[in-house]
Amino acid sequence: MLCEIVDRHGGQATSLLQILIDVQMRFRHVPPRIMTALAGMLHLPRTQVEAVVEFYRFLSVTSVGRFDVRFSDSVTDHLLGSRDLAARLCQRLGVKLGETRVDDAVSIHLTSCTGLSDQGPAALVNGHVLTRLDGDRIVQMADFIDQGMDLDTWPKNWFKVEDQVQLAGLLLEGELPLGASLERALTLHPADIFSEIDRSGLRGRGGAGFKTAAKWRFCYEGEEGAVPGDPTIARYVVCNADEGEPGTFKDRVLLSRNAQDVFEGMTVCAKAIGAQHGFIYLRGEYRYLLDSLLRGLKVRRLRGLLGRNILGVEGFDFDIEIHLGAGAYICGEESALIESLEGKPGHPRNRPPYPVTHGYLGQPTVVNNVETFAAAARIMAYGADWFLSVGTPESSGTKILSVSGDCERPGIYEVPFGSPVSDLLRRCGADDPMGVQVGGPSGTFIGPDEFERILGFEDLPTGGSMMVFSQARDVVAIARSFTHFFAHESCGFCTPCRVGTSLLGQLIDKIAEGHGTPHDLIEMTQLAAIVKNTSHCGLGQTAAHPLMQTLERFPERYQERLKTLFFEPGFDLDGALEVSRQMTGREDAHAHLTQSG
Amino acid sequence: MTDLMTHKIRIATTSLAGCFGCHMSFLDIDERFFTLCEHVVFDRSPFTDIKHLGEHVDVGLIEGGLCNAENVSTLREFRDHVKILVAVGACAINGGIPAMRNHIPLKECLEESYLVAVGIDSPQIPNDPELPLLLDRVRPIHEVVKVDYFLPGCPPSAEVFWTFLTDLMAGREPQIPEAQIHFD
Ligand SMILES: Cc1cc2nc3c(=O)[nH]c(=O)nc-3n(C[C@H](O)[C@H](O)[C@H](O)COP(=O)(O)O)c2cc1C
Ligand code: SF4
Ligand code: SF4
Repeated sequence: MLCEIVDRHGGQATSLLQILIDVQMRFRHVPPRIMTALAGMLHLPRTQVEAVVEFYRFLSVTSVGRFDVRFSDSVTDHLLGSRDLAARLCQRLGVKLGETRVDDAVSIHLTSCTGLSDQGPAALVNGHVLTRLDGDRIVQMADFIDQGMDLDTWPKNWFKVEDQVQLAGLLLEGELPLGASLERALTLHPADIFSEIDRSGLRGRGGAGFKTAAKWRFCYEGEEGAVPGDPTIARYVVCNADEGEPGTFKDRVLLSRNAQDVFEGMTVCAKAIGAQHGFIYLRGEYRYLLDSLLRGLKVRRLRGLLGRNILGVEGFDFDIEIHLGAGAYICGEESALIESLEGKPGHPRNRPPYPVTHGYLGQPTVVNNVETFAAAARIMAYGADWFLSVGTPESSGTKILSVSGDCERPGIYEVPFGSPVSDLLRRCGADDPMGVQVGGPSGTFIGPDEFERILGFEDLPTGGSMMVFSQARDVVAIARSFTHFFAHESCGFCTPCRVGTSLLGQLIDKIAEGHGTPHDLIEMTQLAAIVKNTSHCGLGQTAAHPLMQTLERFPERYQERLKTLFFEPGFDLDGALEVSRQMTGREDAHAHLTQSG
Repeated sequence: MTDLMTHKIRIATTSLAGCFGCHMSFLDIDERFFTLCEHVVFDRSPFTDIKHLGEHVDVGLIEGGLCNAENVSTLREFRDHVKILVAVGACAINGGIPAMRNHIPLKECLEESYLVAVGIDSPQIPNDPELPLLLDRVRPIHEVVKVDYFLPGCPPSAEVFWTFLTDLMAGREPQIPEAQIHFD
């Protein structure tokens, strides 16, 4: 059985993660004997296999339940009562959160945002998506699980995922005819493809906003002194579908209704840079999209749009493979993503060198976001001017936003770059919000006096996450939740982030629980600066944003929780003696401590 | 406040859940100790055997973390009486070696030591009120009081103590050079 799994993935060390994901599905964990066997079959040190199993949350050394339930633990799920639902399911099934019931029937976990914020509370059960959970469903679910009812027999509508496109623009309106942009690309020289994309002003949609044409051109030209487009050099096209930023789900919608555009964009890129191999790195949470994506790729092969001699052009060979992630936000960072594609733990690499020259297997590689490829496809088909007709000079075109939180109409809004946040708030039915988290926890938290700021690289860049919070929400609780998200997702490679994000989490817990003093706020601010300035990658560099940005905008919300004391411990000091008291039976004066001073 | 009669700086030191290694390292300033004593007087400290702090002490050096209720009381006495409180060494700063027990629930630690381990006769958990009760986890001192300075190392080298105190005596903000706290 193991041989069959290994063979299916080509038996390469680079497939280790993909193999382990299948092993986990089959055995509900990765048994030690399989780790040893895999190390032998793939000629890897066993420690490397172990390291991969330990790194990814969806892999485990101990068995998960026959029903493995993972509740999405994003702030927007919290607002909809997800924590309470998880606790109720645990209680009904008699299992502790994070553990597997003794009879192996069920395990229940919390997991980072599953990309369904507009239809939460959401959860995954054995990799299938559950949306719009509520108290009644939890009761029924507990019964189904106790009766061991097959997932096929659960109500179909529980698994329904809606696209919820509320506003469509350049990318989501109409349909791009299959192959249309590829046919145009085939008439062009690589240099002309780059200049068309360049003229359109397209910038990366994953958040950082790097100019797409420049990235493709660097990859094509190679290092200084190399022959541009050297056909003997293997190049790769990678589509970043890791979409891990809490509150983002637009890539999910693009992949469910516009996947052909994305494939087409990747193929145009391959044509331009001379790549033969492409990958889609699909986050494990979106596994339910895998079959439809594979069918979509098959259609393209049948139509001669993928494979050998694409559209009859001799020597234009390109195909796309889908790799799954396994529950690690950091794998959205492009160099960690490449490590993961190579079958390793997703630790970000040192940069430079950048992936454009030293990417997958050390070869030149383009990594772009799903939306970037979708946009590139349409630009190729309809021309740069079509794209330039919308947006601002710095930020041409549209941006697809994932709107969630306290609004009447959450979902997908494709808006022209340059529109003010207030416009979006009106459209989605959010009146008088307290604030909006633009671009997810690593982005910017804005308050009411900033709602006229515009979406675009010149003011508020965003990867697409827009979480709306009403006046009733507690801004400290929101920042606290984001801080814990970063601490949880820190890959552990560098100390400032691994330790610093945990310390920030402890400090904000202390303050939120009412044990904080002015000294703790100073401490938090200093620590935030260290974490930001000394972390290895973007995760650590942005991890303190939620705390610092909300502290700056709502200092009174923090102040009102502080004690006027000099200092107070952040934990129950007398409670820390309880075990000793019980074991010694003591109750004398020395057997107690006061909380402060 | 400096000692009014002599204008000497008053220093107090103690070892909580520590191994006295930090104190030993302090003594490694060797003959410079004589120079030091021209400028400082020791208040409560293992060097003097004074049991409680005087009213006005300038600097308190704390070795070791917090493993029991008495550690907490001692630490609080220091915080209440000293102007500048210093966490000295890995144990005070992070819990250090004693905190390795944090991975094991306290109940199991006590049972293993006093009830079930091989060779124990008349198994019983000591409960004399003279004995301090153990905290459920070993804690670094900054989790219980505000700490002003941290001197890293296990132990911090004699040079670190010297630099820190001479800076203070000169009225400078203490600045430990990178080379003195860089360990790899
Ligand atoms: C911690 C972290 C997580 C990231 N997650 C994603 C992601 O989920 N999707 C994405 O497209 N880019 C993500 N990025 C940005 C990528 O590193 C990279 O910039 C992007 O994929 C480039 O594509 P683009 O130029 O089309 O935006 C992340 C970056 C960091 C630092
Ligand atoms: S900053 Fe955080 S996520 Fe990035 S490499 Fe360091 S530990 Fe890993
Ligand atoms: S830091 Fe090192 S030398 Fe100092 S008390 Fe702890 S173990 Fe001993």
